[in-house]
Amino acid sequence: MADPMRIRAQSSGGNAVVRVLMSHEMESGQRRDSAGKLVPAWHIMEVTASHNGKTVMTAEWGAAVAKNPFLQFTVKGAKAGDKITINWKDNKGDSRTDEATIS
Amino acid sequence: MYKKTLWGAAACALLLASAAAQQPKTASQGIDEYRAMLQDGNPADLFEAKGEGLWKQKRGPKNATLEQCDLGKGPGVFKGVFVELPRYFPDTKRVQDLESRLLTCMSTLQGFDEAELAKTAFGRGEQNNLTALATWIAAESKGMKFNLSQSHAQEKVFYEVGKRLFFQRAGSHDFSCASCHGEEGKRIRLQDLPRLTQNPGDGVGFAAWPAYRVSNGQMWGMQQRLNDCYRQQRFPYPGFASDATIALSLYLGVNSKGAVSIAPAIKR
Repeated sequence: MADPMRIRAQSSGGNAVVRVLMSHEMESGQRRDSAGKLVPAWHIMEVTASHNGKTVMTAEWGAAVAKNPFLQFTVKGAKAGDKITINWKDNKGDSRTDEATIS
Repeated sequence: MYKKTLWGAAACALLLASAAAQQPKTASQGIDEYRAMLQDGNPADLFEAKGEGLWKQKRGPKNATLEQCDLGKGPGVFKGVFVELPRYFPDTKRVQDLESRLLTCMSTLQGFDEAELAKTAFGRGEQNNLTALATWIAAESKGMKFNLSQSHAQEKVFYEVGKRLFFQRAGSHDFSCASCHGEEGKRIRLQDLPRLTQNPGDGVGFAAWPAYRVSNGQMWGMQQRLNDCYRQQRFPYPGFASDATIALSLYLGVNSKGAVSIAPAIKR
């Protein structure tokens, strides 16, 4: 199973700034290993962010996103104590969901 | 036609003057900005979290945690140990750095095969776990000042050995560590190289590793840093947790006395 994400969410001026660090190989499918064989693509396909259970953002990601990606976004009207949930799914069918409370 | 050229020249001169007034950024200022931008989402955090989990997790043939591991301040103490390593340990009768000490604990407490683990390539299997553990332990001393002991005779010997190794020239390029790190103001391409024969300053050199390298997405401990320095010098690879690498670490650590640790740092 995938390693946990690190989610930091801070309220500022009626909004909340969410910063997420995901642990993922993000293999592009373009590289070759030492034997010259293509390393199969393995990357996050979809990222979903929810605020108190309501989806506030979805993103389609591909091979161009770097290893261990960092994502930052602002949720309008989110207050301290609210829950932010992040979910990602990759092209191998693996997924991970982590939750943080806005401080 | 002649008039036009004159006007052109005047316009050029004006442009140059305004550019000089703006003082364009130097390359190293640009790199500093790039590093500052990366700092916020340092993926070393991920390894830190993993390391903390591994410390408390029952693992290995003995199915034990590392919570009784003595890193120099007594069993189980992890705060502030990093800035005092390498040091002499009476139980193993050796001077050890963070990674070799973790190796000892993984072998004595958890029953892992020490020799087998030391032979494992960086970034594979248990080596990955060892690096994560080192990252977390180092992070627990973030912001503290380096203060290595030089009271035990062995620690003095290791300092002298480390110094010798630092200045030892060999290999196909007739290189030594001092070739790059012995003077002020040297660089490899755009990377500023710290002068390591003295305290290079807070968070520089010894005080910056373990670090996450953005260019290859790998987390490196000091052992791997030194290993790669030797590769760049075209030396044979030193053994993992060998006395030579620990002596070199101790030399750099003692020289960094008073420097603030920023580990785990982020590198290009």
